[in-house]
Amino acid sequence: MRGYDRSRLALALAFAALTGVATAAVGQGITEDDLATLRKTAVVDNPEPPVMRPQGNTDLRQVRNYPEQPPVIPHKIEGYQVDASFNKCLTCHSRTAIEESQAPMISITHFMDRDGQFLASISPRRYFCNQCHVPQHEVRDPVENTFVDVDSLLQDGQ
Amino acid sequence: MWSFAKRIWTTLRRPSAYFSLGFLTIGSFVAGIIFWGGFNTAMELTNTETFCVGCHEMRENVFAELKTTIHYANRSGVRATCPDCHVPHGWTDKIGRKVAASKEVWGKIFGTINTPEKFNAHRLTMAQHEWARFKANDSLECRNCHSEQSMDFTRQSLRAAEAHQRFLVTGEKTCIDCHKGIAHQLPKGVATTYPQDRGDQAADLKTYLSQ
Repeated sequence: MRGYDRSRLALALAFAALTGVATAAVGQGITEDDLATLRKTAVVDNPEPPVMRPQGNTDLRQVRNYPEQPPVIPHKIEGYQVDASFNKCLTCHSRTAIEESQAPMISITHFMDRDGQFLASISPRRYFCNQCHVPQHEVRDPVENTFVDVDSLLQDGQ
Repeated sequence: MWSFAKRIWTTLRRPSAYFSLGFLTIGSFVAGIIFWGGFNTAMELTNTETFCVGCHEMRENVFAELKTTIHYANRSGVRATCPDCHVPHGWTDKIGRKVAASKEVWGKIFGTINTPEKFNAHRLTMAQHEWARFKANDSLECRNCHSEQSMDFTRQSLRAAEAHQRFLVTGEKTCIDCHKGIAHQLPKGVATTYPQDRGDQAADLKTYLSQ
């Protein structure tokens, strides 16, 4: 009996303490340091957007950070039409186009349907290039990137 | 009927009995200026973007698509209007195109493309007509602004410079061969330079999406 009463008292106290803290927090306002956010502006204000950088257009292939990474696009793709009617990427990267364009051909894995069967041409599930392949912009990282390449990882382990 | 025609013919053949030669000469000259100028002014009126987008068929479809492209919005603010690309600038060719455009008046009257669905159904045919025209005149309407001589390949991306050196300079291809769909959406079933790979792709995709 007594134990039950005590626990109820403790619960009531904890509740009172919590509401007290909550009220205090509302009164003070939450400082920026308490929140992990990239938005450095109050929720009601619109922050100044960062300056838009042009898409990278070097045409030089970039390293893949891990073997399975879809290669990034080293050129501008602004205004490229990729929809159910037409795929602009394929005008250079399709099997029959690469002789003229000298662009890398889309990987043969893209011809495979979900049952592992190879089709004559690109499989519909791999049709929308931008789902995996993206152009690059020259920008400073908004947060520090701690990614470690697998080679460096192996080297450090030795 | 025959006698009426004969009477007109005799009147036309008879020298004027009332008007002086001076009046007839100068009068015809002035009337010529007025009629010729009027004709050209009226034609130029049909050669403006305001005229083209006066119809919803153009305004809602192709003009709306143009707005997102570099030929409408860009850093320097120089832009192409409809007739810059779709009507030849030389007078004779322009008249030829205008006569051909009477088909478009027919289409307008009978509502051939008056809904987005109808427009898209005809899109490929219409596009192919334009591509054929560009192909035939060596992309003249592109070259009215984009001069091969003034193109500095060193200021282009490697990819563009190489392609232009290989295909444009050698005359192997003309602008439209590679730059289809630069100002408007491309329709289904486009055979660009590389037809084989693309054949049934759009059809496949439709089946896939409907699954």
